[in-house]
Amino acid sequence: MDVLYFILQLAIASTIPLALVAFGALFSERSGVVNIALEGIMLMGGFVGAVVIAAIEASVPAQLAALIGILTGAVVGLVYSLLHAYAAINMKSNQIISATALNLFAPAFAIFMARTFTGTQKITLEGTYKIKEVPFLSEIPIIGDILFKQAFLSTYIGIAIFIVATIVLYKTKFGLRLRACGENPHAADSLGINIYKIRYAGVMISGALAGMGGVLFVLSFANDFNATVSGFGFLALAVLIFGQWHPGKILMAAVFFGLMRVVSSAHAAIGFLDALKLPGEIYSMIPYIATLVVLAFVSKKSAAPLAAGTPYDPGKR
Amino acid sequence: MAENVGKFASFFKNLWDRIVNSKNFPDVSSSVVSIVLGLLFGLIIMIIVNPSNAFPGFIKIISGGFTGGLKGLGNQLYTATPLILTGLSVAFAFRTGLFNIGASGQLTIGAFIAVFIGVRWEFLGSFQWVVAILGAILGGAIWGAIPGILKAYRNVNEVVASIMLNYVAMYLNSLLILKFIYHSDIAKAYAVAPTAEIPTFGLDLLFPKSSINGAFIIALLVVFIIHIVLNKTTFGYELKAVGFNRHAAKYAGMNEKRNIVLSMTIAGAIAGLAGAAIFLVSGKNLDPIHVIIPHGFDGIAISLLGLSSPIGVTLAALFYSALKIGGFYVQINDFNPEIIDIIIASIIYFSALSLFVRKYVLKYVKDRKEKLAEGGNK
Repeated sequence: MDVLYFILQLAIASTIPLALVAFGALFSERSGVVNIALEGIMLMGGFVGAVVIAAIEASVPAQLAALIGILTGAVVGLVYSLLHAYAAINMKSNQIISATALNLFAPAFAIFMARTFTGTQKITLEGTYKIKEVPFLSEIPIIGDILFKQAFLSTYIGIAIFIVATIVLYKTKFGLRLRACGENPHAADSLGINIYKIRYAGVMISGALAGMGGVLFVLSFANDFNATVSGFGFLALAVLIFGQWHPGKILMAAVFFGLMRVVSSAHAAIGFLDALKLPGEIYSMIPYIATLVVLAFVSKKSAAPLAAGTPYDPGKR
Repeated sequence: MAENVGKFASFFKNLWDRIVNSKNFPDVSSSVVSIVLGLLFGLIIMIIVNPSNAFPGFIKIISGGFTGGLKGLGNQLYTATPLILTGLSVAFAFRTGLFNIGASGQLTIGAFIAVFIGVRWEFLGSFQWVVAILGAILGGAIWGAIPGILKAYRNVNEVVASIMLNYVAMYLNSLLILKFIYHSDIAKAYAVAPTAEIPTFGLDLLFPKSSINGAFIIALLVVFIIHIVLNKTTFGYELKAVGFNRHAAKYAGMNEKRNIVLSMTIAGAIAGLAGAAIFLVSGKNLDPIHVIIPHGFDGIAISLLGLSSPIGVTLAALFYSALKIGGFYVQINDFNPEIIDIIIASIIYFSALSLFVRKYVLKYVKDRKEKLAEGGNK
């Protein structure tokens, strides 16, 4: 039973950054802008967040440092995503190209700055960021063991954002307009909705969430920043597609991938898998191959927003 | 005297007008503007970070590839060869409407097969390098076919599929090296046998003491072949048609599914060849490290800069390799070589904006034409 709890705790830690970034991708694509720059945005947010946390962790309690770092990451991600927004929305550029530029720029910038100022590209965090136990709530049988012991701040932030995102997307005026911009921007424009503003909002939200996800990635996985987010930004896109552009299904998809990742990284701790004595690389490959298999089955009937990826041109029919 | 100056000026004006009105001017000039802006941005970052060294460092970046005479030039061509190939791979896929971000993975698989043949199959004697190259092409082709098939038959986004396969290739490469050709003393794969190294075809006489080898000639050959295929064959026409509008092509009777698979397969094959070009040399050992080989991503940059044309890609690869070498030398001026990657990424970003730049360029061309017409009527 302990092993199961252990796996689930780890899985949740994996899931939340992935789910958050996928929600970000959801908002961006639902507004009509394809954002494959999430990998780069995550990296930028994670880099600056890690720098901030490393700078203040000696003088501030751990969870507060984490929170400040997370907020910093969100702001950085939002600002960085403006570059993609400007290119995609105002300049009507090919959204894949500008996103690729951001993906290439982020690690180069991070490594360059890190090496220029600290001599090495790694940024190590000294503190531990696990919450051992939440008082009261961890006493709840089963759920307490899974969600409120050995957890991270990220878990609760993630759940909160999921609830907020679902409400905003489906129950508010803004959410309706956002979805309209992604399905049929010309119709939305004819009703007086400002397509540019909404799409900017979509991309900025995706940037903030991706930046946050980057910091959470650093906190949950490695406790240091080493100029990579292991393809999480792209995994988040796969989660988005697997989740058929719907928040609830995205969360489930993210849990699936989180479990895959946990199996891959903690295989030594899982009794029967360890006995198979397979080389470590096989386990590392599992999340990516699983993604491919899942996509092969799910992509046929794509529920993608109709206008995603097409720059909005008021003159066209 | 004044008359001569006038003649001089009008000569250049006429030359400029001929350049401006040529067919490719809007595209090439947008590329050039992106390059200039990207370089400027890099210069600004250099000034912010290390002002005293910024200008000498910048000069070093631009000129670094050309120092060192013939040896330097030979090394530049050697560095450019895999870049020409990965750029071509991405460009070919792009022309047919697909984004081949998986070039790194295809390169890795090709590299592994080439190195495996180079290390283990010595019985092939002096044909070892030929078989190694063919193996690399085959490996890359298969790795490219997978996202192609997924896209054509299951509508899987080829960007996400390729990226997943990049990681799978990286781990597979590591696993297989450790299993079959691992040299524990150096923690990398064994070096390939001398009969597996690509011969120099006399290029080392032209560029003495440099690392250049026949792969450069092979790369140029591939550029030529792809240029012919894309521009002069029905097959290439079909591929481009599918790229422009998959449904229209289907309506016209083309088998768009087969064409999508073929495009990605060919792009993968070229990238696999790049893998062979990098590692079928003396002194290069394939590394089982868990890092994606960067040449594939460089290929994306080069393809964009080269405007997805085979000739453009070749020029862009030469430019890029010159920058990279400059970036290596700029360490003397106390800068990290990653500044080059920053410059490259900025160039790509500006090239994404190039559509807008093109609008201004076209306006300029139009204004020039009108001015000339007016001048003629006076």
